[in-house]
Amino acid sequence: MDRTLRRMADEIVELHDGTEDLVLVGIQRRGVQLASRIARLIAEREGEAPRLGALDITLYRDDLQTIGPRPVVGPTDIPGDIDGARVVIVDDVLYTGRTVRAALDELADFGRPARIGLAVLIDRGGRELPIHADVVGKRVELRRDQRVDVLVAELDGADSVVVVPKTAPPSDAGRAAGGGRSKKSPARRSAAGEASA
Amino acid sequence: MTSPLGKDLLALEPLTPEQIGLILDTAEPFKEISERAIKKVPTLRGSTIVNLFFEPSTRTRVSFEFAEKRLSADTVNVAASGSSVSKGETLVDTARNLEAMRIDMVVMRHGASGAAQFLAQRIESNVINAGDGTHEHPTQGLLDLLTLRDHFGDLRGLRVCIVGDVLHSRVARSNIWGLQKMGADVAVCGPRSLLPNAIAEFGITVFDRVEAAMEWAQALNVLRLQLERMTAGYIPSLREYNRVFGVTRERLERADHDILILHPGPMNRGVEIDSDVADGPHSVILNQVTNGVAIRMAVLYLLAGGRPELAETAKSTPGGER
Repeated sequence: MDRTLRRMADEIVELHDGTEDLVLVGIQRRGVQLASRIARLIAEREGEAPRLGALDITLYRDDLQTIGPRPVVGPTDIPGDIDGARVVIVDDVLYTGRTVRAALDELADFGRPARIGLAVLIDRGGRELPIHADVVGKRVELRRDQRVDVLVAELDGADSVVVVPKTAPPSDAGRAAGGGRSKKSPARRSAAGEASA
Repeated sequence: MTSPLGKDLLALEPLTPEQIGLILDTAEPFKEISERAIKKVPTLRGSTIVNLFFEPSTRTRVSFEFAEKRLSADTVNVAASGSSVSKGETLVDTARNLEAMRIDMVVMRHGASGAAQFLAQRIESNVINAGDGTHEHPTQGLLDLLTLRDHFGDLRGLRVCIVGDVLHSRVARSNIWGLQKMGADVAVCGPRSLLPNAIAEFGITVFDRVEAAMEWAQALNVLRLQLERMTAGYIPSLREYNRVFGVTRERLERADHDILILHPGPMNRGVEIDSDVADGPHSVILNQVTNGVAIRMAVLYLLAGGRPELAETAKSTPGGER
């Protein structure tokens, strides 16, 4: 995963011709850790770290009435003024595009950036909205009955990307903040295919 | 997925510690929304909420209204005076008429204990109790818990004393249930005429002297002395009440530790609490008001959605994953 993130960091810097006015905004939950790692890699390369923010889009979802509330909403933290900034949204997996749509709506409530880009570790296809990523770590084609889970060392102990059946419990082994969303099931992992990213 | 709280929020007594913890945790991110330049998220867009207040209220009603508006719900305020309506039938009729206009939630304050539950059993909309008689005022209890947790970090083992008119106070009851469920030690202090007879059976310490309560407590929740009670002969006079049970700076300074001061409002300055305490460095009375909006947003959010039949349809369509 490190090598992929390094390439993504390079592409983000090249796309924006440096780090001036650059703000990386990670989407809760795994996008936040990925954004902070990319920011570190950019700092190593450019000697200057971009500003970092976090966004929880739960309250901007379009399906609260149907799926019910997600129990725990993570913090949203947008650093300073983003008017005129060049914002890059960072997330782990891009699928239907609905999360990104929600993130765009939420960012608009904080200001009017000069440009908003999108960087994702995994693009799994299956878009339901006209949204595309500027920077992609890895593209994989998955069936609708499959799901890809990204695990990061900061939250899950180790980095990995796993493809599981759509109905499988989350791969985060119950580490989600506030807890209680999933219980560890050791059998699941062995059945899961590993994708490299 | 049904709502993690069920259909309604009527009281803290029936909730589990996990449910209360969930509401407190959910309130955290909502605090930030009220700090934004645009204090609004689209979460409850299209939902219609009726605030049905049969008793006067400023703070609670405004707090609920802010919470609803910051979640983008459409709100209607209905203020009804309880004196002329014959309770049961009229209440249900009012609510059924509102429901016929396709509302989603009712926030209700009513002078009769149990009114919220009565209503909740008879209409399909979610019901949130904003205070029913002398029974409970769950969102006030929750915002008190949140304010205490903000300050102390953990509620377990925390020593909290409720001072004043416990007998008539729905705030006291919600506090007692909530604090005990979250593992805090609860005491009450006040004139015996204003304490329920069987209070000790709740496993609650009773202090007859406010000085003793201050020696023991890490936080005091000072209740409003409901002035209308005075004429009913519960206490001899306001001055005497202040002299014996008033939370004053002199008394607080005599305790050997700092004591956090809460008050659900509205305050009678110079009666149950002195001005230099209410405005003093250990007062979190305005933090309570700020937290009230976040708690009510959390409750609205957690009760919204969660229509099981819709959840089933959603599961079978793609796009559940982000």
